Formats: sequence, C-alpha cells, structure tokens
Amino acid sequence: MQNWSWLMDESASTVGPQIDRLYYVILVITGIVFFATELTLLWFIFKYRHREGRKAEYIHGSTKAEIVWTTVPAIIVIAIALASGGLWAEIKDPDNVPANAMTVMLTAKQFEWNLTYPGPDGELNTEDDFTVRNRLDIPLDRPTRLEMYSEDVIHSFYIPDFRLKQDVVPGMELMMWFQPTRTGEFPIGCAELCGIGHTRMRGTLTVHTPSEYQTWMNEQLQAQP
Amino acid sequence: MATTVAASGNHVTGAEHHELGFIRTYIFSTDHKMIAKQFLVASLAFLLLGGLLAAVVRWQLGFPGQAIPLIGGLFSETTAPGGIILPEFYNSLVTMHGTFMIFFAIMPLMLGVWGNYLIPLQIGAPDMAFPRLNTFSFWVSIPAGLIMLAGFLVVGGHAGAGWTSYAPLSADPEFSGVYMGQILWLVSLTILGFSSLTGAVNYITTIINMRAPGMTWFRIPLPTWALFVTSWLVLLAIPILTGALIMLLFDQTIGTGFFAPATDGEPLLWQHIFWYFGHPEVYILILPGMGLVSEIIANRSRKPVFGYHSMVVALISIAFLGWIVWGHHMFQSGMNPMLGTSFMISTIVIAVPSAIKVFNWMGTVWRGDLHFDVPMLHALAFVSMFIIGGLSGIFMASAPVDIPIHDTYFIVAHLHYVLFGGSLFAIFAGITYWFPKMFGRMFGAKLGKAHFWLTFFAYNLVFFPMHSMGLKGHIRRIYDPNQYTFLQSMQPLNTFISLAAFFLIAAQLIFAFNFFWSMFRGEKAAQNPWNSNTLEWALAPTPPPHGNFVVTPQIYRGPYEYSSPESTDDFLPQHLPPDRVQRPPVPREPGFLPTED
Repeated sequence: MQNWSWLMDESASTVGPQIDRLYYVILVITGIVFFATELTLLWFIFKYRHREGRKAEYIHGSTKAEIVWTTVPAIIVIAIALASGGLWAEIKDPDNVPANAMTVMLTAKQFEWNLTYPGPDGELNTEDDFTVRNRLDIPLDRPTRLEMYSEDVIHSFYIPDFRLKQDVVPGMELMMWFQPTRTGEFPIGCAELCGIGHTRMRGTLTVHTPSEYQTWMNEQLQAQP
Repeated sequence: MATTVAASGNHVTGAEHHELGFIRTYIFSTDHKMIAKQFLVASLAFLLLGGLLAAVVRWQLGFPGQAIPLIGGLFSETTAPGGIILPEFYNSLVTMHGTFMIFFAIMPLMLGVWGNYLIPLQIGAPDMAFPRLNTFSFWVSIPAGLIMLAGFLVVGGHAGAGWTSYAPLSADPEFSGVYMGQILWLVSLTILGFSSLTGAVNYITTIINMRAPGMTWFRIPLPTWALFVTSWLVLLAIPILTGALIMLLFDQTIGTGFFAPATDGEPLLWQHIFWYFGHPEVYILILPGMGLVSEIIANRSRKPVFGYHSMVVALISIAFLGWIVWGHHMFQSGMNPMLGTSFMISTIVIAVPSAIKVFNWMGTVWRGDLHFDVPMLHALAFVSMFIIGGLSGIFMASAPVDIPIHDTYFIVAHLHYVLFGGSLFAIFAGITYWFPKMFGRMFGAKLGKAHFWLTFFAYNLVFFPMHSMGLKGHIRRIYDPNQYTFLQSMQPLNTFISLAAFFLIAAQLIFAFNFFWSMFRGEKAAQNPWNSNTLEWALAPTPPPHGNFVVTPQIYRGPYEYSSPESTDDFLPQHLPPDRVQRPPVPREPGFLPTED
C-alpha cells in the first residue's frame, strides 16, 4: 500500500475544494466531540470503578447541564446545516448552472455510459452529433453540463475526483454540471446497484487543454461514419 | 388504574393450574416468556445465517475471483461453480445479508424478544393483552422465514436488487435476471409484516391497559418506554412497507406499472414509499437497544438514570423526527434539490436528541459505583460505538458532503456502526443481562468477557477502515473492486478487512457455545442477581411462572432508585412498601450531596 493516505486525494473540480473544506470542518467538529466524549467516558470508567466501601451518589440529573448539552449541539448542527445549504444549491440548483456551459447528453443503460456531443454546431439533436461510449472528454476552460437519461434501471454517475455524483433515473431528465481545475484522466463509476454488470459499468473522464480538446473533437468527427 | 387490577386478577388464578402439555408449553405457547424465547432462538439462527452470508461476501472482496476454500465445492453451478462466486450470486448475497439481518435478526431480537419478555414483567402484568395473537405473531414469522430461505433454491437465484430493492431493477426480471427470487422476497416480507404488526398492537395495548397499580407513566422502566415508542413506529411504518411491497408484486406479476416509466410509472415513487417506511425502520432497530442500555448502565452503575424524563422525551423526539427525514436517503436520487435542503435540516436536528441520550448515559456513569459485568461491557460498548455512528451520520446529513460519499463504503461503515456497534451490542447486553431470568442460570462470565473483547476489537478492525475507503471512492455493492484501477490500491485493505471479518464471525462461536453451555450447566441464578429495582428481578420468581406474579404488585416509586439515602441497601425495589424499607439509622437531608471524595 505505497502512497496510501487515509484522506481524500486532491480534487479536480471547482466545487471539489468547497466540499472537501466542509468535510474537514465537520471532521474537526465531530473529531473534537468524539475525543471529548470517548475520553471522558473512559475517565469515568476508570475513576468510578467499583471499590469497597464507596457508594454511588444519588443524583437524578441536572436541568442546567441538560439545557447546556441540548443547546450547544443544537447550535452546532444548525450551523453545519446552514453552512451546507448554500453549497448544495450552488451544485444542484439548475438555476446555478454557468451560462457558458457546454451541454453533453448522457444516456445510461446496462452497463454502459453513452455520451452524445453536440458536434461543431454546438447544438444537440442535430446531424453533426456524435456518440462515444464510456468516455467523457471535456475541455479545461469551460464548464460542462450533462443532460442525463437512463434507458432501463437507475444508475448513478460518479466522478470521485470531482466529488460529484448524480443518479440517472429512467423516465426523468436530470442534470449535473462541473468545471474541471486541471487536466488529466479521472475514473467514472456507477454508484447505484444496477444489475449483474454493475461492477464493470465504468468509464474515463479526460480533461483536455482547449487545443487538445479541439484535436480530440476533430478526430472523433473523422471517425464517425 | 383501578381497571388494571381486575384484569390482572383473573390471570393470577390461572397461574395455579398451568400444567400444560409439551406442545402447549414449548410450541404453541401463549406465555409471553416462551414466545420471547422462541423469537430469541429463531432470530439468533437468522443472525448466524446473516453473518455467514457476510462471510461469503467478504471472501469475494478480500480474495476476488478465488475459489472459496473448504466449502467451495458445496455451491451450485449457478451460484459459485467450484467455489468461485458469480456476480449475480454476489448481488443476492449482499441483498440477503441485509434482508436477513434487518428483518429476521435485529428487528425480532429487539421487538419479538424484549417486547415479549420484558413488557409484562416490567409493568407488573400477568401476560400480554392478547396472548393468542402473540402466539400468532411468532408463528406467522416462521413461514415468512421459510419462504425467504426458499429463494436460494429457485431458478434465477435469490433477489439481488439490494435490501432496498430499488425499482425498476427489482420490478422487471428483464433487468435483473431474477424473477421467482424477487417474488418470494416480496411475499415473505409481506407475511412478516403481520408478525410485526400484531406484536406492536399487543405491546401498545398491554402497556396502556395492564400496568400494575402505581405503575404511572413516569415509573415505567426505560426498556419498556423504548419498546412502547418503537411499537408506534412499527404500527405506523409497517403498513407503508406492505403497501409498497404489494405494488411491486403487482408490477412483477399482474402487469401494473407503478414503478415502470414505460407505463408512466415513477421509479422514485418506490424510493419515497420505501424510505418513508425505511427511516422509521432504522429507529425501530435502535430505540429498544437504547432502552436496554439505559437500564443496564443505571443498574451496573448503582445510580439513577441521569435525566429519566429527558431520556423519555428524547426517545419520543427521535421517533417523531424519524418521520420527516426519509429524503436524506435520496439526496442524489434526482428528487428536486430544493427538497434536499429541508430534509438536510430535519435530519441534522436528530443529532440533538441523540446527543442528549449519550450525555445522559455518561451522566449516569458519572459518580457511580461501576460493576463491569458482561452486560455492562456490552452496554458501554454500545455508548462508545453509537457516538461514532451518530457523528458519522452528520457527514451524510450535510447534503453537499453526501454527494461524494453517498453509495460508498462510508455509508457501509456508518450503518454498521449503528446497527452492529449500536443494535447488536445492545442485544448482547440484553441477552447477557436477562439470561439468568430467562433460563434460571448465570451467563458464563469468563467466556462472556472473552467474547466481548474479541468482538469489540475485531468489529472495529472490520468497519473503521471502511470510512476511509468510502471517502476515497470505494463504491458499495460492487462485485469486483479491482475492475477500477484506482481501487486496486485498496485491495490489501480489503483483504485485511475480510480476515478481520472472518475472525469476528468466528468469535461469535464463543457466544453460541456459552449460550447453550450456560443454559444447561451455568451457575444457578439467584432471584435478583443484579440487585435490581424493577419488578422482573425484585419480585417475580426465577424463572417466572405462567402468570408472572403470585399477587398483583403495587408500585411505590420509579425504577432507578439506586443508592438512595432512604435505604441501607444500594437498591430500592419499585414494589417495596415505604414502611418496609430498611432505613439508615441517621436520616440524611433530602437533596444530600456528598462532598468530593
């Protein structure tokens, strides 16, 4: 297990660092609560172990203490919820998709991802569209919006390095969008159990520099029948 | 309260001629204690089966594509030819591990066993309100179990769409390759629902109507309180599941299309209905455990439960909030993202009553006189593991953080910290604590402690690393993680987890041996070996006869008067009349607080 780390690898999308930051904020808060409660519990277990001649104290509770440990967690968790709300809307609210996003159509079926590109005219559902299987190639300098359909069962389009995931449901048009922050190849997985071939329903996302993307696009157009 | 006296008086006379034949005593018994034991034996068997299914799953993950050693030859050509597990069998294994554990092991271990055994004994009732319905409740679960087991034998294999059986995968054999297995799964759970429902009706009626005189609501021991609250959840949630199951069954068999997009059906409808049942179900699986643990910690700390009233209020709040959070299972499902925000807030608020419970357990231990018997070890493990399971829940309650970790091993880790670290440790605590009352002999302490420590360590070795794997993108329910290049680096960790899991399952053999050994050879138990205040120990003989109490008890005080200054003993039973309490020679001031050491 060389290069193993217990933490996440560096993200590769614009929302990645924000999700990671929120994750680490919750990790620090819950980490403090975890150590504080577990160590206190261990200390009590040691200190109040049975010893001859000592009787337990007859205490039924403390309203003051209970008000404190109701209010403090309430404030903390509501703060976490408020901190999460904005980021959630930024990622999932259809109104927040950047206007310059390139739209690619994703059609999932057992057990493949088919991606249909708008072609040179930039419009989907026109003659110059082309489809590739299990490969999503996008430029670095522009956000991509996926228009997502499923032909059979529920799948879930998952890009771990982008920290993004969206179920794809038959009978619904769903969407996700992302803006990469670096070039490279990133794995795509299906996160929703979708049948016998669930384990091999995977793909590759490639982020190109703008010029490489043009080259790739031209190659694809020439390869089309 | 006066009406309850008359009702229980009738039953007590029946206690004198209870010489019933073998069948009426051990098979079709109407005695709540025997029914509890029947549930105990049956659900422990299913627990073992669920564990063995997990072992086969872990073999595939730890040693993908390799033949299962020793028993590999026993598998059929359609499941694991030569011991090499097929992907369709893997999906069935994952599905059935969840199904058996949730519906046939943990749920009856919580409700069937403790609901039956404890409720009448703790409230001073001679039996359940509807004893024959109670017999029905156990026996209807047996055909359900047999039908579920039969699914392994049918053509096409057992259901393989996960314990959540998301449509349309579960609705159409064209997608899953499974037909009869899925139908048996649906029929079995529909039948099993009757067992849960009749049980819940019985528990609720009994607690409302059959409390002994003086057993006011706030003198009820916390296990019974927790079972009461849980029974309401069962009563309201199970019909919703049954409705969903029947709709899916119709989609499969008579051509309806509730969940099929081709006929304008709605796949998300299944998820909404399933989780509207499913989230209360999660609390059904843990709340009774919280009750058991509260009782055991108070008793073994020789101290009143810290904040008894807020413990009850927290139980009720968790149960109430449990109805408005189902959408957090569906953050990535494609439902309107604006709904996600409101579900996030309701979900995260559940942390508050959960925190209250944890702090109150710690408050109970504080300044106590702790006795680390086997049940206490399991109860303290429950508290410390529930802290982890509760805190990890905050990560996925935060909808943006849920995006990457949803449907990964992070979720697997979280749910096992709640269901194994929580529910199962509570069940072990309960079994080892009430074993002397159930079987008249003590649960072997040495083997009990060995089992506890091995389980506690192995359990953490299995499930803690899964948090990290999920965070790094290890997807759930995948047959061969090595298909993904980026998951290949986790293979050593997967292998390690599998070895720890085999060890964990093997350690349960100690429990199984100790269970039967103690039942027949254990040290004879006194009537009240834990010096408890509650009626089942302080008043009922060991083992309690048919009808439980010789005379209807009168209750004078709450259940947790431990180390009270009013008594020379460190316990003060609920039924002991004030004039018979052994008072210390110098009466102490009320509200007396000793100084620091």
